[in-house]
Amino acid sequence: MEYSRRKLKEEKVFKDPVHRYIHVRDLVIWDLIGTKEFQRLRRVRQLGTTYLTFHGAEHSRFNHSLGVYEIVRRIVDDVFRERSQWNKEDRLLSLCAALLHDVGHGPFSHSFEKVFHVDHEEFTKQIILGDTEVNEVLSKVDPDFPKQVAEVIGKTHDNKLVVSLISSQIDADRMDYLQRDAYFTGVSYGHFDMERILRVMRPREDQVVFKQSGMHAVEDYIMSRYQMYWQVYFHPVTRSAEVLLSKILHRAKELGAQGYSFTYKPLHFESIFKGQFTLQDYLKLDESVMLFYFQVWQEEKDPILSDLCRRFVNRNLFKYVEFDPAKEYRKHSELEALFKKADIDPEYYLVFDSSSDLPYDFYRPGEEEERLPIYLMTNQDELRELSRESSIVDAISGKRRTDHKLYFPADFLKDGSTKRNIKRQIRSLLDI
Amino acid sequence: MLLKEHAKLVGAFSACEEIIGRKKLQKMIYIAKKLSFPFQEKFEFHFYGPYSEELTLRVEELCNMGFLHEIREKKGGYYQYRYTLTEEGKAFLTHSEVVMPQLEGAVIDMNGQSARFLELVSTVLYFDTLPYEEVEDKIFTLKRKQRYTKEEIAEAYEYIEQLKKQYVPSSNTGWSQ
Repeated sequence: MEYSRRKLKEEKVFKDPVHRYIHVRDLVIWDLIGTKEFQRLRRVRQLGTTYLTFHGAEHSRFNHSLGVYEIVRRIVDDVFRERSQWNKEDRLLSLCAALLHDVGHGPFSHSFEKVFHVDHEEFTKQIILGDTEVNEVLSKVDPDFPKQVAEVIGKTHDNKLVVSLISSQIDADRMDYLQRDAYFTGVSYGHFDMERILRVMRPREDQVVFKQSGMHAVEDYIMSRYQMYWQVYFHPVTRSAEVLLSKILHRAKELGAQGYSFTYKPLHFESIFKGQFTLQDYLKLDESVMLFYFQVWQEEKDPILSDLCRRFVNRNLFKYVEFDPAKEYRKHSELEALFKKADIDPEYYLVFDSSSDLPYDFYRPGEEEERLPIYLMTNQDELRELSRESSIVDAISGKRRTDHKLYFPADFLKDGSTKRNIKRQIRSLLDI
Repeated sequence: MLLKEHAKLVGAFSACEEIIGRKKLQKMIYIAKKLSFPFQEKFEFHFYGPYSEELTLRVEELCNMGFLHEIREKKGGYYQYRYTLTEEGKAFLTHSEVVMPQLEGAVIDMNGQSARFLELVSTVLYFDTLPYEEVEDKIFTLKRKQRYTKEEIAEAYEYIEQLKKQYVPSSNTGWSQ
């Protein structure tokens, strides 16, 4: 029997706190889970630095990837199976893309990518198409299969229905992470009736649509997304940890560029400091490795790097104040000058943070075709955009809400042993 | 520098009297980024071509800050958005240290094109590592509803070359941030 159709003798299950069980019957899926590139996801947290705010948020991208796979499996095996617009031949492609959609994520990937100008999507592509165990498994299905999977994940595959299962405004990825992140953080916001949503899903030529009778379940999902955004993803303490992490990486990069002699040589970072980062280098750099460096860099001679690492490791985070950049951008220049006078480098210790710097989004009705919206399907088979039918969704998608904060080390500013007057001026400007 | 990435966008808006349409704005910034203007917004391929959620959020922030004025108007069965820079936005730009001398011409040029054409140009640029024939195939399959013709695709390539020649000096961009 051809590899793509081979099944395990017995179904394997993974116990999962969100979906109860993850069911695996396909040999291809079982083999992909066993690859070293996929196993690496156990060492990359799903929510980055959020564990410093919500201590339960230690779950990994491995958990999440299995969860996305399970949701897609339920859709293609149960919900779509007998639907005429669903082509059963697309089943394995959908499952593999779901399982591998995050395989290129690196350690603390949001900050890491910003500092080193790399892109996890590019690494996902390289893992699927390059000389890897994942590629070896996928190629056994068909030599062209890795390319197909990469295109679905990259959203450039011509089968838009399959793409929309994994990447759209209501996809398996979001449905898993909202529930999983809510479960592990312990908040009560991210819950919605996924079973109901799955029951009202219908395949269309270009995307998944939802029966109008299921609108309230979809509304609930949109509300969960909105609340999780503000309550978890953009939590100011998590942002503070993210600011610190980003500054550690910036400092290490800066020192690397200056040819600084590290007491503990950052072997895992050397190639990226030189701009010669290969896939193999990337795969070696997980969060365990990164945290090891933060641990040893606490003893570095460079006072900025060691201080930032001590703060991160011991959770001595920066404090923050609300900041209105439109009215206060001149004040920011003043603060920068005062920080310099106080011998506190503003590049590392006075950090402005905006809600636009976040890899999560709200629902967008896509009024000008900039994004594909969620469509409800009436009994007459007509499609209607969600926010036009739901006043709740209209209320939250029509309003712009943004947020800006200024982060700084309050302990430095309160330390009266040096530059007391200047620090007093800073505190006064920050109103602390 | 505070709001450096926002300032670059304000720079783009300042070049035009008005930008009509969110889709057009998305494609203009993507094309400018692909031409090597130092925009940092991350773009992904969506149903209608390259799209950046980060850019959408920054534009919202600029509106909330009072640097951009947004008008929402009904046009047929859908809404359209128009953007103009406010006096506060102009003052902010003067205060910022962002200088991109070639951007103005490129943005004015793109703003004179239709959103449909810019969608095609940005899609061609998204697949710029593929050979011409494969890009054509991608456009005919991924964008079949837009019904782009071979002539339009050839025009998109010509337009990209023209933009590069006019606004991207090969030796040194002269851009500072």
